[in-house]
Amino acid sequence: MEAAAAAAAGGGCGSGPPPLLLSEGEQQCYSELFARCAGAAGGGPGSGPPEAARVAPGTATAAAGPVADLFRASQLPAETLHQITELCGAKRVGYFGATQFYIALKLIAAAQSGLPVRIESIKCELPLPRFMMSKNDGEIRFGNPAELHGTKVQIPYLTTEKNSFKRMDDEDKQQETQSPTMSPLASPPSSPPHYQRVPLSHGYSKLRSSAEQMHPAPYEARQPLVQPEGSSSGGPGTKPLRHQASLIRSFSVERELQDNSSYPDEPWRITEEQREYYVNQFRSLQPDPSSFISGSVAKNFFTKSKLSIPELSYIWELSDADCDGALTLPEFCAAFHLIVARKNGYPLPEGLPPTLQPEYLQAAFPKPKWDCQLFDSYSESLPANQQPRDLNRMEKTSVKDMADLPVPTQDVTSDDKQAPLALKSTINEALSKDVSEDPATSKDSNSLKARPRSRSYSSTSIEEAMKRGEDPPTPPPRPQKTHSRASSLDLNKVFQPSVPATKSGLLPPPPALPPRPCPSQSEQVSEAELLPQLSRAPCQAVESSPAKKDVPYSQPPSKPIRRKFRPENQATENQEPSTAASGPASAATMKPHPTVQKQSSKQKKAIQTAIRKNKEANAVLARLNSELQQQLKEVHQERIALENQLEQLRPVTVL
Amino acid sequence: MAVCIAVIAKENYPLYIRSTPTENELKFHYMVHTSLDVVDEKISAMGKALVDQRELYLGLLYPTEDYKVYGYVTNSKVKFVMVVDSSNTALRDNEIRSMFRKLHNSYTDVMCNPFYNPGDRIHPGGPYFLCPYPVQVGPTSCVRSSPGGPYSCVRSSPAGPLITW
Repeated sequence: MEAAAAAAAGGGCGSGPPPLLLSEGEQQCYSELFARCAGAAGGGPGSGPPEAARVAPGTATAAAGPVADLFRASQLPAETLHQITELCGAKRVGYFGATQFYIALKLIAAAQSGLPVRIESIKCELPLPRFMMSKNDGEIRFGNPAELHGTKVQIPYLTTEKNSFKRMDDEDKQQETQSPTMSPLASPPSSPPHYQRVPLSHGYSKLRSSAEQMHPAPYEARQPLVQPEGSSSGGPGTKPLRHQASLIRSFSVERELQDNSSYPDEPWRITEEQREYYVNQFRSLQPDPSSFISGSVAKNFFTKSKLSIPELSYIWELSDADCDGALTLPEFCAAFHLIVARKNGYPLPEGLPPTLQPEYLQAAFPKPKWDCQLFDSYSESLPANQQPRDLNRMEKTSVKDMADLPVPTQDVTSDDKQAPLALKSTINEALSKDVSEDPATSKDSNSLKARPRSRSYSSTSIEEAMKRGEDPPTPPPRPQKTHSRASSLDLNKVFQPSVPATKSGLLPPPPALPPRPCPSQSEQVSEAELLPQLSRAPCQAVESSPAKKDVPYSQPPSKPIRRKFRPENQATENQEPSTAASGPASAATMKPHPTVQKQSSKQKKAIQTAIRKNKEANAVLARLNSELQQQLKEVHQERIALENQLEQLRPVTVL
Repeated sequence: MAVCIAVIAKENYPLYIRSTPTENELKFHYMVHTSLDVVDEKISAMGKALVDQRELYLGLLYPTEDYKVYGYVTNSKVKFVMVVDSSNTALRDNEIRSMFRKLHNSYTDVMCNPFYNPGDRIHPGGPYFLCPYPVQVGPTSCVRSSPGGPYSCVRSSPAGPLITW
């Protein structure tokens, strides 16, 4: 047996590591592990039974996934595993053949015994490598399963089952093959005790556990298949048969996986208590059970578990099935369960176990408590859906949309109450155009609204446009505002003739004044863009300025461009229109003079307040002007830079 | 078959590079590095005005005697570079586009993970490391983001023997 192993190893590895001498126990263990790794790959073209692997090492490969799990289960540091894989030659040839696998196992045993990882180590007598609970086989730590509730009872059951199956396996193999190189076959009496010691899958993979359960069935199927041919076909005949049998086994396993609703000992199965706990935790983070937890919230929550960030990242990748950066309730339960399992010492699976899949969790644990209609439809539709991932996305997007919808409406309402909105910025253009077409009404309303909106000077132009948009509906307050400045009733009477006069003064100027200031202002402004509407803006400013009691530049521009004009208007043209307007204003004021002189003091006060406010507004506008000038300079510089770039790129792009 | 795949961050440092270890990997790293210049040139040639219209797939960046280098840029200026063996004439443009699309999807999946900080290196696989195996990416259905990690399993077509992390 040892010679055969050596020959096989020597034949297989070629110019690789020295021939591997395995003891009988090692031989059995390694072949079993190799079979697990190869078989768990799902019946691929090369993953036949160990005999096939032994005879034709080139064709049998152990899948990297189970092999990786197995190596990880050995609990060696990553660098050691790297070394081992390099040494065994798997990295060189690119796959794990039998020889590479056996050498790797030997090296793992060496490393676990404390020997340096070298080729020479494999020549020593070493104990069998030890593996933590993993998907594939390995010697179990009996203490571990006890930690997880519910599996204690199932383990001895599985042990006995497995042993009985293994015995059957050996007997079958013994019957069918006469290959002398097969060590398990060569020593059937000793194998059962050996297998008792060896690998128990503690149900990390339902694949294996269900595979074990399925052994009787395919074996029975194989029996009639193989028996008639077993006698006739020798060694070569058994190979295709075994291959077929392994395929049958894999198919039946797959079928079993899909049909089996009750998985045996399953550390990835969530119990009711755990479920309740997870659900409560979910509720603490997100009151709506049909909604989901955002990534950042979940991150903060899971970070409390004190697992390392790479592990948490891995758990997230496993549990967030639709990769949308948020966890629904089943995803959250799966993630939580994985974290709990990891804290208890279970290595994380390579893929999300079926019992933790969102659709499984949805179906297995219906939630009658929650009355959310969305959620009911969600749970109902999920089991029926072939592609739960898409549905999750759709549902999530619908929930998200619903969640999003109330938010902007709230924003709209709140903004409407407080101040004009950015929401209407899209119709800003239209509004401004409308405003420009109705200079009189908007101007008046703007001028009158100026006082309470004095803070709007520093605000964005959009807000000002919004205020302007609001102006047309509220003409009534107009006369009150003018009266509010004059506190006495007499003044009201006094100014009543003057107010209409000023008003009339305001109204007629539009036809008269606009042509005058507009061309001059447009000439003055050389850099800013000229729009037809803008020409009206300065006119509006001009029209408002004559009313000194009203704040002249109270008209906030509806566009940022207008603001450029406005400060310039005010800065440069203030005097001109003011002088022009002072005429009618003074004329208006002349009327009440002879009639009421007692009110002159109050009038002065009113004028002084108006002057003060005008000065404040002036200062603000001057500041605005300077800012805009600065912006203009920067934009100019940008333009120059861009033009330079263009020039530089031009000859290049010709290529 | 792609022999090298690289994900380059916005600041032109690599987030993830995998290549077949047939020869010195350094050669592929160097090719990827030099291709970054070509990528930048292609991006800037589009002009700032066409940023929105710019196509993500950049196409063949430059051919060498043995290899061809293809590029792809995301909207956040993360670049994917793929080096392909020139002898593989059956590889069509559409296939390369689909490979890049899948790579992009895998990358967005990585982004969705809240534990991933943008700008970090992308680590294949889960919490345990095994030596990364060579990448032999098939023409179709090549890049798959398995739950085990963003680039943990780049599985080849059934005919390909190499299985990777």
